[in-house]
Amino acid sequence: MAEPTVKRPAPQGASSQRVSWQDRGRSYLHHHRQVAAESLRRLRTAPLNSLMTLLVMAIALSLPGLLYVGLSNAQSLSHQWQGEGQISLYLQPGLDSAAGEDLAQQLRANAQVETLSYLSPDDALAEFQQFSGFGEALDQLQANPLPAVILVTPSPEYRRQPALEQLRQLLGSVDGVAEAQSDQAWVARLNQIIALGERITGLLAVLLATAVVLVVGNTIRLEIENRREEILVVKLVGGTDAFVRRPFLYSGFCYGLFSGVLAWGLILAGLWLLSEPVGALVSLYEGSFAPAGFGPLPGLVLVFISALMGVLGAWIAVVRHLHAIEPR
Amino acid sequence: MIEFDNVSLRYPNGFEALSQVDLRLARGEMAFLTGHSGAGKSSLLKLIMLMERPSQGQLRVNGQNLNRMPARKIPFHRRKIGVIHQNHQLLFDRTAFDNVALPLLIAGYERDAIGRRVRAALAKVGLLEKEKFNPIQLSSGEQQRVGIARAIVNKPQLLLADEPTGNLDPRLSAEIMGLFHQFNQVGVTVLVASHDLALISRLPHRVITLQKGRVHHG
Repeated sequence: MAEPTVKRPAPQGASSQRVSWQDRGRSYLHHHRQVAAESLRRLRTAPLNSLMTLLVMAIALSLPGLLYVGLSNAQSLSHQWQGEGQISLYLQPGLDSAAGEDLAQQLRANAQVETLSYLSPDDALAEFQQFSGFGEALDQLQANPLPAVILVTPSPEYRRQPALEQLRQLLGSVDGVAEAQSDQAWVARLNQIIALGERITGLLAVLLATAVVLVVGNTIRLEIENRREEILVVKLVGGTDAFVRRPFLYSGFCYGLFSGVLAWGLILAGLWLLSEPVGALVSLYEGSFAPAGFGPLPGLVLVFISALMGVLGAWIAVVRHLHAIEPR
Repeated sequence: MIEFDNVSLRYPNGFEALSQVDLRLARGEMAFLTGHSGAGKSSLLKLIMLMERPSQGQLRVNGQNLNRMPARKIPFHRRKIGVIHQNHQLLFDRTAFDNVALPLLIAGYERDAIGRRVRAALAKVGLLEKEKFNPIQLSSGEQQRVGIARAIVNKPQLLLADEPTGNLDPRLSAEIMGLFHQFNQVGVTVLVASHDLALISRLPHRVITLQKGRVHHG
């Protein structure tokens, strides 16, 4: 009967430094867990310093977050307005009431017009007094400076550009009409302002994300300086660069993660503080507009990006400073 | 185990720490490296650990040519060598146990295996009951023994010691040298840099003398 063959490793003297891959994998995971717990512990050992660093990062992150909320609300508002597509016809000042009503009657017959309302100079003045807050100032005037206005709501196929613009030009050329204005000009202007705001928010986000990376980088640089002895000893006993890097990357990750969560909280607190005046403003405009908040998805994206920035900052610090620490 | 062929080490400031050193240390041999301070003892050990690279000549350790070893392989090279430093290089933010465990943690040992090996190493140097102590609570002789435990915990084939008895009284020094002798008895190659000639002369091992960076006789 044949002896079962046993595979023996080549003789290695007194050594048995072979570690199985399975053990190595388990130990690798264990080390990751340990390092993660360790970096949390380090954050807690200097709570005030850590908190200040986290707050600086969170404030930098919350600013673009708040701007984002403001912008997305402005956007949804402008979308609501875009649907109306009204045209205001300012009639010539000399035109009397009867001629104005007559003109309105003629236009109403037009297929391109769905509904239409006529505001005499007196109606316009009354409405203006009620809503503008200039009532008393207007009382001082001898004559009514406002022209009569016809508000035209075009039939659906003329409510969008470019048909709306064609209709506006057509109505502007009608006898008795001094000027035709579409509220779409306003919406276009608002959209331009929103686009500008988006660009500014984007720019600010990039600048502040860079600031976050630099703050983490500097914090990690100090941590590396503080743990110089440990790094030297680890390198002396055969620690690889990855092993030396790991705790610092975890620290950066923790800073990023926690500052992201903190920034989320700051944004929610800021929105809560703003909710009352915003609500009052919305009710003034009789709108059914419900302002959007900062939902879970943008919040998670914020935390993810901030964790990424944390790791990036730590990585930069580690690459720049770790090579300078070599046992001599 | 260690082969120096015409090795010189010149520092960037122009100082030549080692000049044309030829040296052989056989597997399983134990030797003392002696000479005045500044004679090049530490530089020679640093070359073996790849803390420095030779400016000239060939250096082989355990059959591997160190001249051509890329930087990323240096950590793995160091894991095969146990090193004891004069100032023991212990970390004071953790216990003796954790100090000794560090090389195993780096090499990726499993937690149970780490516990077993660390306790075996601490038992070997007679410090098993002090595993939970911070090195700062230990005497300098005990600190040095923690350093030795850390050097042997990974069961290296080669043990280097740089003035391991530098700060110790004669009795402790003799104890430490006795430990090295024991490791050598079980097959470990040992190279000890020391200027304690009185102690060295009492042990039956080869003595290599360095003078101004050159091997005098050995």
